[in-house]
Amino acid sequence: MHSFVYRLNTLVTFAAVLLAMLCAAASLLDAFNSPTVHAHAEVIKINRFRKQLSGNDEVSLALNISMDLRSLFTWNTKQVFIFLAAEYETSKNSLNQISLWDHIVPDKDHAKFQAQVANKYPLIDQGSNLHGKKVELALHWHVMPRTGRMIQDKMAVSSFYLPGTYT
Amino acid sequence: MDWQGQKHSEFLMQILLVVFAVVAFAVGYAIESFQMMILIYASGVLLTALITVPNWPFFNRHPLKWLDPSEADR
Repeated sequence: MHSFVYRLNTLVTFAAVLLAMLCAAASLLDAFNSPTVHAHAEVIKINRFRKQLSGNDEVSLALNISMDLRSLFTWNTKQVFIFLAAEYETSKNSLNQISLWDHIVPDKDHAKFQAQVANKYPLIDQGSNLHGKKVELALHWHVMPRTGRMIQDKMAVSSFYLPGTYT
Repeated sequence: MDWQGQKHSEFLMQILLVVFAVVAFAVGYAIESFQMMILIYASGVLLTALITVPNWPFFNRHPLKWLDPSEADR
């Protein structure tokens, strides 16, 4: 307290400590939010199932996606990143996960919607294991806070079978 | 500042900052606006800085009584 600069330093330090406590408190309160997510996604049509020149299978799909993510949003939520993953098993890997489509939901107003889309990213296998394969679709979401820990969760939505022959 | 003034300034600084932090959190949580919490807190910090950091005259109401130069020399 002996000089202007001394007092300024004390103030800035104490203000920073309190700010850290405010952010910690805001983040902690998020743990009390128990969200209920409703989501459904299914394959309307398999547009294309072919073998690439590299020897890998490639699938192009049309999807019908609908969801209600409003309960995920708190005052401390900056945005929610969602992606639809196709999961299947091969003899080489017990779990293959491929992201077909993703989206950023910026606020609660945009959290409930329905869309019919083609997959943003092609479903490409490492090899050609997809004949007649059962593929499960799961919706993953990452809740990104303004301050604190990111929460991620997922939900299985549907499954489909790929045809036995190329189209 | 004098000694009393320094004590008052430090006390004021701590109280004001804590009060603004609590109020900012309460208001932000109540109206569900993170931005409002930050805004209230930031303006509180600025106000506290304005009140407690500069050497205002009301912090110098008990000035130190220095010896006269002639007395010190003896």
